[in-house]
Amino acid sequence: MKHMSDKLRIGVVGEEEAILAFRAIGAIAVPAVTGEEVTAALFKLSRDKVPVIFITEQAARMAPEALVRYETTPEVAVIPVPGIMGTDGFGEARVHENVIKAIGADIVIDQEKREG
Amino acid sequence: MAVLHINPTRMELTQIKRRLITAKRGHKLLKDKRDELVRQFMLLVRENLDLRKQMEGELGFALKDFALARAVMEPGALRQALLYPARQASIKVGRRNILSVRVPEFKVDEGSLGETVLPYGMAETSAQLDNAIATMARALPRLIALAEKEKTVSLLADEIQKTRRRVNALEYVMIPQFEETIRYITMKLEENERGALTRLMKVKDMLAERAT
Repeated sequence: MKHMSDKLRIGVVGEEEAILAFRAIGAIAVPAVTGEEVTAALFKLSRDKVPVIFITEQAARMAPEALVRYETTPEVAVIPVPGIMGTDGFGEARVHENVIKAIGADIVIDQEKREG
Repeated sequence: MAVLHINPTRMELTQIKRRLITAKRGHKLLKDKRDELVRQFMLLVRENLDLRKQMEGELGFALKDFALARAVMEPGALRQALLYPARQASIKVGRRNILSVRVPEFKVDEGSLGETVLPYGMAETSAQLDNAIATMARALPRLIALAEKEKTVSLLADEIQKTRRRVNALEYVMIPQFEETIRYITMKLEENERGALTRLMKVKDMLAERAT
């Protein structure tokens, strides 16, 4: 195990209702709905050196360019999570996008599709 | 493929030959790197997808519990109850090295994993909220694990793309260019040599003619 940093907090960005759950376990919750709000929230959290920022899929869809910004920085991980409406596949699509970027074609087939 | 713009001299030829050897060596090394990165990437991507599915389920439960809590409690009271969280979800961050790609390593701090301490009084809150917080706390380690995997996958994807481009640039542009240039210089030099030889023979003939 390499050197580990001091305790750092986690952040969450999204609709008020969804981030309440994260606030309950002590995440820094920043409500954001519009694209501008999301971008500003991500910027603020990353400037405060928050290493992990969860973002609701609904909010993530509002500011795709902001997400791309943090894609290649190892310091900040912006992770889409489902909001109160459940998942809409945005997070999973991002994983598949990564496969396409790396391999050139989506060769990872879903477990369910493989079995079904 | 275009020939490099250089003088067709012996010195340039030696230099290009040396560069070709380096390029070929670099190409082989980068290709190996790419293959290993792809292997690791495929392993991680599967884990990532599985983790994401599990997390989405778990978080779905937690958020549903919260929706229930919201339904039975006053919005203001709920917000007030959560105003000061008793637990501080905190993580420690380390760095790992996968083929010189620096990826983060997250570890949930033990302090934030302990028994749920409720940050509010019992009078104005509902039991559903207690449940919701407990579910959320249980989901935390998986969320953090997912964050680590997903970030790693995304960084690896980026590195693979870069490496693949370098490999292709070497394979399809630089190496053929060098080979072409070497052939061009060799041919030019040989041509010069033949020219010189013919000239010598011609001069010799002329001298022989003058002697007679």
